[in-house]
Amino acid sequence: MSSAAAKKTRPKYLSLSALLFEIRLPSTAWVSGLHRVSGALLFFPFAAWLLYLLDTSLASEQGFAHVRDEYLKLPLAKLGLTVFIWAYAHHFCAGIRFLLLDLNKAIEIRKARMTSYIVFAASILLTIAFAWRVW
Amino acid sequence: MVNRVVVGAHYGLGSWLAQRITAVIMAIYTVILLFVFMSRRPVDYGAWRALFGYGWMRVATLLFAVSLGWHAWVGMRDIFMDYVKHDGLRLALEVITIVAIASYLGWAVQILWR
Repeated sequence: MSSAAAKKTRPKYLSLSALLFEIRLPSTAWVSGLHRVSGALLFFPFAAWLLYLLDTSLASEQGFAHVRDEYLKLPLAKLGLTVFIWAYAHHFCAGIRFLLLDLNKAIEIRKARMTSYIVFAASILLTIAFAWRVW
Repeated sequence: MVNRVVVGAHYGLGSWLAQRITAVIMAIYTVILLFVFMSRRPVDYGAWRALFGYGWMRVATLLFAVSLGWHAWVGMRDIFMDYVKHDGLRLALEVITIVAIASYLGWAVQILWR
């Protein structure tokens, strides 16, 4: 071991800014990281928000009209729905990719990279297709 | 004599498997729900109410909600174990997560069987 290597502090913890700006992560890592981010967002706040919308819209005719004609016409609500659609689409597509990886499908690096691009393409297309109806 | 081994590759297999099974259940529900929405188009209150009046829809939605709660527990716990190094804070976050899941499920039952 050289003396220069011995002086390096180990272990090295990577900061968020290092992950975002210094290191170029492979697309497979982005699929994985965004799977976590989207999963956490779906649990909170989106699950609670959807329960609120389901509750209000099923409770009464006025509640349904309020949700459909007023609440979901607000730009902030539309933005929220769009983020929800992206999070659901990404979590769904990336989740299917992970299930296939668990079954040893497409685990070679070239195929794994290819499926990570497919996940991004599919989730963005799904987001556009459904968000189109929201706006 | 206690033979329980708390380290090694097998520990956590149950959680891992539960996360996959609940994922498949939720994926199937999602596809069915999209198909139902596209074919029935519940755009007014009567149709919306009628859709959630069916027994199979209520049971399927409850199954989805329970799957989501279980799935989210495994996922959120993984996130806390990876990023929250302070034991007390991690315990607090796990307790909040369990309370939130229980509340979601209680709310879902209340909405579906009103």
